[in-house]
Amino acid sequence: MSEDVGPDARGSEADGAADHGAAGWAVDVDARGLRCPAPVLRAAVAARALPAGALLRVLATDPAAAVDLPAWARMRGHAVVRCDRSGDDVVVTVRLGG
Amino acid sequence: MRAGRAAALLWRRGVSTVTHGWWPVGAHYRAGVPASASPSRAVLDVAGHAPLRPAARTALLEAFDQGWADPRRLYAEARRARLLLDGAREAVAAVVGARTEEVDLLPTHTAALHAGVRSVARGRRRHGADVVVGAVERAAVHAAASFVAQRGDGVVARVPADRHGKVDADALAAAAGPRTVLAALQHANGEVGTLQPVAAAHDALRRLGVPLLVDAGASLGHVEVGPAWDVLAADAGDWGGPPLGVLVTRAGVRRSPDWPEDEDRWSPGGVAVPLALAAAVALQDAVAGRAAADVHRRALVEEVRVRVAAEVPDVEVVGDPDARLPHVVTFSCLYVDGEALVTRLDREGLGVGSGSACTSGALEPSHVLAAMGVLTHGNVRLALPVDVRAEDVRRLCDVLPRVVADVRAAAGATGL
Repeated sequence: MSEDVGPDARGSEADGAADHGAAGWAVDVDARGLRCPAPVLRAAVAARALPAGALLRVLATDPAAAVDLPAWARMRGHAVVRCDRSGDDVVVTVRLGG
Repeated sequence: MRAGRAAALLWRRGVSTVTHGWWPVGAHYRAGVPASASPSRAVLDVAGHAPLRPAARTALLEAFDQGWADPRRLYAEARRARLLLDGAREAVAAVVGARTEEVDLLPTHTAALHAGVRSVARGRRRHGADVVVGAVERAAVHAAASFVAQRGDGVVARVPADRHGKVDADALAAAAGPRTVLAALQHANGEVGTLQPVAAAHDALRRLGVPLLVDAGASLGHVEVGPAWDVLAADAGDWGGPPLGVLVTRAGVRRSPDWPEDEDRWSPGGVAVPLALAAAVALQDAVAGRAAADVHRRALVEEVRVRVAAEVPDVEVVGDPDARLPHVVTFSCLYVDGEALVTRLDREGLGVGSGSACTSGALEPSHVLAAMGVLTHGNVRLALPVDVRAEDVRRLCDVLPRVVADVRAAAGATGL
């Protein structure tokens, strides 16, 4: 897991774990334990409520998420900022497009 | 009733039914599979398991009468079986441009790929144990490469594919070193249809003295495979023969078996002569009808590519749009569960494949889609049979927007 995502940074779109960081809106989606396409679906639901330029960080454990989250971002015009895979954990951060 | 019919059939052939307690009474009904001849059903995913061609079926039945004997023995019936077996190898050799003695037949395509990788790695072991493979090769190639590399303290270099699934020929050659015993690049990818640059790869590797194994499992019988290979593997089940593996090794390629000695050195135990004959007849039939089948299926694949992209929202049609097999087409639908999609289409009477993880029972999705960086969920894969009916392909295109919308709605994926 990347160093900037710990248990305290966890949240989900339902928890409303959003804050105004220096980089603008940053929201975490916790999709751990969910099978694809659920992580991508959660990410898309969260993205719908956010303005362009916001950062969205998605945590997942399904191996397909490491491919599908970047593919979703590409199809939707979002930019992948980073994609980390460590053990079973996948953390994908995207900057939302317009 | 089933048992009664079976008994009648067996009686007519003068066989006692007393010992036939194993007959699976009513198995067909329990499985709940509609008859394949039903006009409302169409299987659009026949990769590796195409329906048996009528010519192959005839040959198979005749060969069971003419070629049942053990081709290793010396009496007349056995020599006839040997003639049929050698005839089958000769026919395959003629199609791929090889000599009869270069053709080996194995029980399955997987066995052929394993034997090809293992025997060449063994034969060239004084060079090392490194293997170079394209990232989108079949699982059997990846597994065999890992097997021989691990055994000889070598490494497997997996050369990436681009967004279309194409592996760069120069990158493949650049990954080969002095300890490389073999490189593998498929003729075309059977999951997404993309043709690979095998001619360029073969040229570059030949300069390095590294033999190239070309997996033509998705190509042979469908397109001209060409001469750019040192070892060639193919799958009779894919071109409408019975399931049977083909392995062709050019005479100049050093190889050695890493399995126990057998009279059939390269295919221990050999294969059933009737299967070999039917596979060869099916290949000749496929090649004879190849041009017409190409025109027919290429037009339908193009129709699928255009209509799916235009009529299904949030879909990605994958694979090279031009340099491709005539009968394979794949696309992925965002927010859709692949298993739900396959099940719904099956209920509509349409058999399709999928590379999504949830459809295989495995946790990992298709390594081909993953290597391409395209969506792995909501995937639908078609490998059209030669005699596919245009109306069945159009029916798929017609129902797909509604089916995808239904599956999305059930998952709450609306307005995204």
